[in-house]
Parts: sequence; structure tokens; C-alpha cells
Amino acid sequence: MNMSLSNLPWLEPLVKIVRGDNVSQNATIIIKTIGLPLAGILVFLLVWHAAASNINTSLGQFPGPADVVEQSGNLLQEHITEREKADAFYIRQEKRNAARVKVDPDYVPKIRDYTGKPTYIDQIGTSLITVLSGFFLASLIAVPLGIVIGLSANLYSAFNPIIQIFKPVSPLAWLPLVTMVVSALYVTDDPAVAKSFVTSMITVMLCCLWPTVINTAVGVASISQDLKNVSMVLRLNYITHVIKIVLPASVPMMFTGLRLSLSIAWMVLIAAEMLAQNPGLGKFVWDEFQNGSSDSLGRIMVAVITIGIIGFALDRVMLIIQRFVSWDKAATLR
Amino acid sequence: MKTLLELTRVGIEFNTPKGAFRALRDVDLKINQGEYISLIGHSGCGKSTVLNIVAGLLQATEGGVVLNGKEVNEPGPERAVVFQNHSLLPWLTAYENVELAVKQVFKGKKSKADMKAWIEHNLELVHMTHAMHKRPDEISGGMKQRVGIARALAMEPDVLLMDEPFGALDALTRAHLQDSLMEIQKDLNNTVIMITHDVDEAVLLSDRIVMMTNGPAATIGEILDIELERPRNRIQLADDPQYNHYRHQVLSFLYEKQKKADESPDKSQASAQDKSIGTDSVARDKRAQKIA
Repeated sequence: MNMSLSNLPWLEPLVKIVRGDNVSQNATIIIKTIGLPLAGILVFLLVWHAAASNINTSLGQFPGPADVVEQSGNLLQEHITEREKADAFYIRQEKRNAARVKVDPDYVPKIRDYTGKPTYIDQIGTSLITVLSGFFLASLIAVPLGIVIGLSANLYSAFNPIIQIFKPVSPLAWLPLVTMVVSALYVTDDPAVAKSFVTSMITVMLCCLWPTVINTAVGVASISQDLKNVSMVLRLNYITHVIKIVLPASVPMMFTGLRLSLSIAWMVLIAAEMLAQNPGLGKFVWDEFQNGSSDSLGRIMVAVITIGIIGFALDRVMLIIQRFVSWDKAATLR
Repeated sequence: MKTLLELTRVGIEFNTPKGAFRALRDVDLKINQGEYISLIGHSGCGKSTVLNIVAGLLQATEGGVVLNGKEVNEPGPERAVVFQNHSLLPWLTAYENVELAVKQVFKGKKSKADMKAWIEHNLELVHMTHAMHKRPDEISGGMKQRVGIARALAMEPDVLLMDEPFGALDALTRAHLQDSLMEIQKDLNNTVIMITHDVDEAVLLSDRIVMMTNGPAATIGEILDIELERPRNRIQLADDPQYNHYRHQVLSFLYEKQKKADESPDKSQASAQDKSIGTDSVARDKRAQKIA
């Protein structure tokens, strides 16, 4: 049952019921499209609740659904409180500066940033920015590379072993290397972005490059001979051939790769952030684990669910983009 | 009559894992300006190979093809091809498909407005004006083939190559398209080489029918001149003794002189070779599956 953002299969029968046509049939459709997923979730929550109450750890009982709801509220509340504190800080600062300028008109006021700790919502934001930068960078490399090796059987054979070897490498293996390289090469007095961000981003990039490369290459290599013949009869040059024939023809496969890459990027990111100490969801989980309070497990569980929901949302967004750019509307998009 | 296209002792050999395979030998053919030629023969006899050599999509291993005094060794728009399965780009509308060809051929020779008029003119020739902004998946098979013909005509080719252009269509649509094509031919008088399996189609449309022997090492068996007056009408011709005589000659060539042996090992090899131009992509598909 596909309850995506882009298509709402229950909406149409709902409208029909309101209009009064075919009520019983449409009610069945609604029960199937909304009722069954809800039932699935409910059963899961019950099982989770029952299991959680039987698991005791040194940090207390394993968090059940109720604890997660409670901790979500807490995290949100902490975010709101922190924002209020920050606002108050800036207002105080402004007042103080205004007062000083009144006394001494030559004084140029300095604005100092608020240095409170990042809240859960901030960490989600950082994670999203990191994953999207890493993914974007990877796509920028992977799509052209995929096209070039897809067009030439020889290049493909040359690159294939490298791709196959690097594809299964875990982010944890790359991370120490990336960290050292970034530390060595990324030296500025006034860094635009934090080192930990660069490290996580590059790790994400290295891990999520491969599905896009492979799928783009396969998509390009499997363009039908007929379309290639058309291109040859028209004497399209290499660039025109790529733009007019190869790119549009391989868009569906390319997006399959991009979606795989993005989901890998998101998985890799959490691990990378844990180790690189980039202020994101991964660091949040690690910090809570180190913190070891009785709330920690509940808060980590909130993070687990958040990670899942964001991963799902990212995939749906990619699907919407794919529907928008792909000519092949008939292809099953799942 | 001026000879436009000349095939001289054309032969081709494919390298297969089992050794060299000879698909064609000694194909000699002179085609005059404005002539309509049909190539007919059993499947696997190398008709498509001949067409692909003229198109430049395959290179003959012996002999050669000369068009307008120049040797053919690569594909080009002056030898436009109408492919059997239309080969329209599925992401472009009918108009855009023709536009791609027109822009490529007339870049710098026609103004934007002229190009637009030319694209529309060609779509009008094939009666596709009403659906020119539809994509291939929104129109019927016959309509797709019409657009394919419009695209080829729009290139203003010296010779129009048609690889079983109506083979994938139902009989009624096919008849309809044949009539359209004869109408267009009446005005444009293009030089055409058409591959067909259909005896009626060959007799109805052609000035000459080139009948090919069975492969391997296929060559031209007989050439039949069709001296029926144009415009030709399929209903009148159905009772015409001359028409039926031509039909009979083609049929007797195909089913008596070149009787097809049932499922000889040569046949499977030959038909595999006939599609050899597609094997590259098949091999890649296989590789793609392996790594996926």
C-alpha cells in the first residue's frame, strides 16, 4: 500500500464517498489503503511494547513506544527552550550595543554568535546538509563517469574491477584515511566549514558513488541499437549524441542508481558522524550512549525512528524528482 | 536514366567464435535516380545486411557501394533509414523527433521559421499534423511508422532506405500506409530501397523487385521489372493479369526455386548473423545483468 507524498490512493475513494457514489466499494478501498498499514503499525507497537518491558539493561528498561513519545516531547521542548535562550541572548546583545553606541558614537558593535549546544533539531539539519552535500558531490562525479564508461565497452572493462572492489567497502574503513587526508590538506586559518563536516561529507561521497556509477553505466550500455543507429544516420557528434540520446535514454536507470546512492549515503552518514564527531544525528546517538543516563536509550530510539523516517522521506523526494524528469511514465516507480 | 547508386561485387564476412561466416557474396546492383527497388527473400538471406551496408551501418568486406560518385563508408543523412520498429526517441514528440533530424541536416542552411515550416510540411505529407505534439507512446503503431517516414523524408535523402517499414503493422494499416507512400512518391519521386517479406507490397510499390537467394553466402537471384502504370490502384490490380503474373513470378522464385529447407543448422546461424548489428548490445545487456 503506497502512501507516498506524491500519490494518495485513498484520496480519490474518499472524495467519491463524500459525493455518495459506490460507498461500500470505496470504503473497502480506503480500509485497504489506510486500514491495513495502520493495523501493521499497531501490531508492531504492541509487540515492541511487550518486548521492551522484558528487556532490562544497565541503563534501565529498554524504551517502549511510550518512552519514545515522551522523549520526543522532551527533545522538542529542549529545542524550543534553547531557541528562546538564543533569542534572548541576541536581544540582550543588541540592547547593550545600542547603549554603547549612544555613549560612544565611534564604537562599531560586534555581534557575537550564540554558543549554546546544538539541539536535536539542529542536529537533524546538520545531518541533512552533510548527506545532501556528500550525495550531490558523488552524483557530480558518478553520473559523468557512468556515462563515459557506459559508452565504451573497453573503458567499462577497465573500470569494472575497481568499482567492484570499492563498492563493498564500509565507511568505517575509509574514515580514518579521510580524516588524516582532510587534516593534512584542509588547512586554513578561517575555515568556511568545519573539518568534521568535510570528513563526513567525503566519506559519504566515497561510499555512495558506486550505485550511481554502475546503474548509469548499465543504463547507457543498454540503450537500444535502433536509437544508436538513428544517431549514427543523423551523424550526431559525441556531445550531441550524449545530450540528445544517451542522457534521456538512461535517465530511468540513472535514477535507480541515484536513489540507491542516497539511501546508502544516509546510512553511511550516521556511522561517519559517530566517528568524525560531526554535529549531526550520528554524534547525537554517540553522545547519548556515552552520557548513559536513564533517558539515553529512549532518546537514541527517537533518533532511530527519526533516521528511518528521514531516509524514507529522502527516497520519496527522489521518486518525485524522478517522476518529474523521466519520460518513461509507464515504468514502475517504487 | 542516370545511375545514382551502384553496388559492385559486395560481400561481407562476419567473424564468429566458430570462424568466419559469409553472409553475402557478389551483390551487383545499379539503381537509377527515382527508382523504387524492393528487396525480397526468406528471412536470414541477408536483405537487412545489404540495406545496412548501403546505410553505412555495416562495412562490406569486399566490393563497395558508390552513391553519386562517392564511396559509402559511414552512415549519413543522405541515406536516411526508416527502421522496422520506427525507432522514434520515446521522450520526444512526433514534431521534436523530426526536428532533431531537420536541425542536424539543415543547420545553418535554413532559418528557424523555414525549419518549422519544413517539419510541419513533412508531417503533413504523412498525415500526422493532428498528432504532431504527441509522444510515441500516445500514438498507434501505424502513426509511429508515419512519423518515422516523415523524419526520413525531412532529411531530403538522395536515397531512402526502408527496412521492412510496414512489417510490424496489421494488414489494414499496412495497406493504408502503402497508399500514403505511393501518393508521396508520386510527388517526390525519391529513390527508394525497401526490404519486404510481402509479395503484394513488393509488386504494388516497386519498379524493380530484387529477389535474393537463401543464405549463407546469399546473393541476388533474379531481378523482376514491374511495368505497371502508375498511379497504381490495389483494387483494380487485384484482377489484373499482368499484376498476377508478376506475383506468380515472385512466389515461384521464393517457394519453388529458393525453397527454404526446414530448420537446417545453416538457417539458425544465418538468422543470427542477420541481426549481428544488434549483438553488441545484447552482449552488453548480458554483462550488465552479470554485474547488477
